Amino acid sequence: MRRLSPISMAALAVVVAWALAAVLAPWIAPFPPGRIVTRDSLADLSFRFPLGTDYLGRDMLSRVLFGARYTLGIAALSTSLACLMGVTLGLTAAARGGWFDMAASRILDAMISVPSLLAALVVVSSLGSSIPVLIAVAAVIYTPGAYRLSRAIAVNINAMDFVAVARARGEGTLYLIAAEILPNMILPVLTDFGLRFVFVVLLLTGMSFLGLGIQPPNADWGTLVRENVEGLSFGAPAVITPALAIATLTIAVNALIDSVATGRRDDDIR
Amino acid sequence: MSAPSPNAHVSVSGLRVTVGGGAAIVDDVGFEIARGEVLALIGESGSGKTTIALAMLGYARAGCRIAGGRVQVGDTDVLGLSAAGLADLRGRRVAYIPQSAAAAFNPAQRLMTQVTESARIHGLLDRAAAERKAVGLFRALALPDPEGVGERFPHQVSGGQLQRITAAMALITDPDLVILDEPTTALDVTTQIEVLRAFRTVVRELHTTAIYVSHDLAVVAQMADRIIVLKGGRMQEEAPTQRLLDAPAHPYTRELLAAFAPSPRRMEAPVAAPALLEVNGLVAGYGPQARDGAPMVPVLHDVGFAIPAGSVLGVIGESGCGKSTLARVIAGLLPAARGTVKLRGENLPARVADRSRDQLRRVQIVFQSADTALNPARTVRHILARPLKFYHGLDGDAARRRVDALLDMVRLPATLADRPPGALSGGQKQRVNFARALAAEPELILCDEVTSALDAVVGAAVLDLLAELKRELGLSYLFISHDLSTVRAICDQVLILYFGHRMEYAQSGAMLQRPMHPYSDLLIASVPELRTGWLDSVGPTREATPSRHRTACVFFPRCPVSIAGLCDTTPPPPRPLSKGAEILCHRDEASLLAVQDAMKEMP
Repeated sequence: MRRLSPISMAALAVVVAWALAAVLAPWIAPFPPGRIVTRDSLADLSFRFPLGTDYLGRDMLSRVLFGARYTLGIAALSTSLACLMGVTLGLTAAARGGWFDMAASRILDAMISVPSLLAALVVVSSLGSSIPVLIAVAAVIYTPGAYRLSRAIAVNINAMDFVAVARARGEGTLYLIAAEILPNMILPVLTDFGLRFVFVVLLLTGMSFLGLGIQPPNADWGTLVRENVEGLSFGAPAVITPALAIATLTIAVNALIDSVATGRRDDDIR
Repeated sequence: MSAPSPNAHVSVSGLRVTVGGGAAIVDDVGFEIARGEVLALIGESGSGKTTIALAMLGYARAGCRIAGGRVQVGDTDVLGLSAAGLADLRGRRVAYIPQSAAAAFNPAQRLMTQVTESARIHGLLDRAAAERKAVGLFRALALPDPEGVGERFPHQVSGGQLQRITAAMALITDPDLVILDEPTTALDVTTQIEVLRAFRTVVRELHTTAIYVSHDLAVVAQMADRIIVLKGGRMQEEAPTQRLLDAPAHPYTRELLAAFAPSPRRMEAPVAAPALLEVNGLVAGYGPQARDGAPMVPVLHDVGFAIPAGSVLGVIGESGCGKSTLARVIAGLLPAARGTVKLRGENLPARVADRSRDQLRRVQIVFQSADTALNPARTVRHILARPLKFYHGLDGDAARRRVDALLDMVRLPATLADRPPGALSGGQKQRVNFARALAAEPELILCDEVTSALDAVVGAAVLDLLAELKRELGLSYLFISHDLSTVRAICDQVLILYFGHRMEYAQSGAMLQRPMHPYSDLLIASVPELRTGWLDSVGPTREATPSRHRTACVFFPRCPVSIAGLCDTTPPPPRPLSKGAEILCHRDEASLLAVQDAMKEMP
């Protein structure tokens, strides 16, 4: 096993910490996230409220921990869905070719041409915002990208002789995909998963910031920034901490992907 | 090592290159080259020949390190140079010509820009002078249209021309030393002749000092004054070319010389055996089909043959002649547009999907490049177990035992079974490749250039294996190759393809007898021979270009004995020859014999 560089170790630690925060929030949060615990709204950091309080006097640490559940949970689910659909379609298109490839590629290309945030806003404002809708919208928006990438890689692998041998043996499309092609593209697909996860986090928090994402009293990190944005003028921690949470998560995921990708490249040279 | 002798232009002593943990891949190598001399480094892959050549540039590949020794070019101590000193040395005083010209050129720049680049980088010549010099080199390298070729892009010239242009690129700075790293290995034999001839002309004219790296003794015999034989990073023998060929001192040199001319592995073929595979009027190609069923880009035109059970048919031709396409069509990977393929008299459907599992099992295909033919994500055991399960429903212990038996059959230790293909050598991979085909228990194996990517000694061992398996299991092969001597060693019949046309179809024994098709004659004459004067004795080969006329003989533009007014207007008829062959040619037997004898008379 290759040793991770210090940067990727740190990135890994940040990602794991946020994931733990999301899972363990009900047990480690000092207060229930929705309870108003003090009259001192938008308070500074203190021993009792390590991350200060929000515009209603709720504990920010608890709210950020619970926000992680929404941000990470929804992003992970919709990214998984997008990659599952995109990779499945991409592999099938590459292995089968012909009309299926043609149709899938053109339809998904057309989807790429619609600006993602705009599409999300239209769908959410017409269907109303709920967690299933958010997950579905993000998944659909990011499927074409996953499709494009996996199809491009799979087409190259599909042209290799070992796939031709399997095809000449009489193997079906499912076997070709699952046994011959997919095992050779796991790494780029995983890298793509991480990258896409970051995009989904940004889309989701962006929508929440615009008021179309997670609805109060629940809050993801985007909602937290929006709620407390009036504190910006006097530097309240309540607006800075959720923004920092978004930044640390996305940067850490990016750094982690980077180390995976470079490690692989060095291996190839050797 | 003794002190360099005064007339040594390049001198190397005690060279040691290590990899990773410190294992030496080149050890204690020392030699001298006089000005104007061509030294050949010869050996199999892994013998360290390229590593030594790169050390002349003060360069070691990633993961390797030049750990000791001295490399002196002129009066420069190369290994003692700073980074700036090396930058000044490379491309100006020591130049490098790589194996793959296609990969060495930037596809987005004109050839002239790239050829003159090193002269401009080193500030040696101004643009006009550099271009004048480049044109002079193009002319010396016998490139067509020397004034105009520089304006083209790399994809607009042929592979052989591109390889010659790399030589112009290397020579533009009048380097003290030129390194030619297998510069003709990727070329067809016919193209190789012209490239070798051009290289040798300029090397002689410019009095260039050169190191020629190759695995091919016959090629080296044409180019080098002296040869060093390498094995495992150590020098085995060093001798002037003629002496090395005549009186090899080292056993390894003798082994190399022996591997050069593969001994016949043919046995008396059962002549009366019924046809296992019968192919008739095959037309196939790529792109959409026209209304009459013909493909847009036809690759095979009306190809037919029959393989008797237990015999081997060799298919030969230059790259692009359609020989691999033929294998793909028979395997059902590329459906034929017209024609029939019959297995034991039973029609094989054109597509894999329409064939029965038993039909699929009986015809297996083995590809050239073992690197891409084995799934890198699977172990050898998994790769071999799949066809056992697929065709015979074997799994568990029965499959395990069968995998071990298959490995034994291809003379591989059972311990390899749990390794991924990446942990095997080229020869081992090719054996696994065969084992996978054997797992199906086929009657016919389509072998697509199976020894082309292997070293001579390893390739000879694979040929031996093929012959043994044929004898033990009664297999038949369709053996595709561009290498005539390999085909001759193993095949009972030979089919020669040129731009998808069957130019000659003959018993292997009749192949070398005159009269033969003019194209067969050209191919046979183009195989390098293991003697020093060979290159001077062969005639021009001309580049492969299909004839413009739809109805002309496809070989017309290249044919040395064509008949104007007939060959360029009328398709040649199939013509049986008394030696037991059929050719596509306008000339009859007597007339061919006369012109071919006359040509041999000429010096």
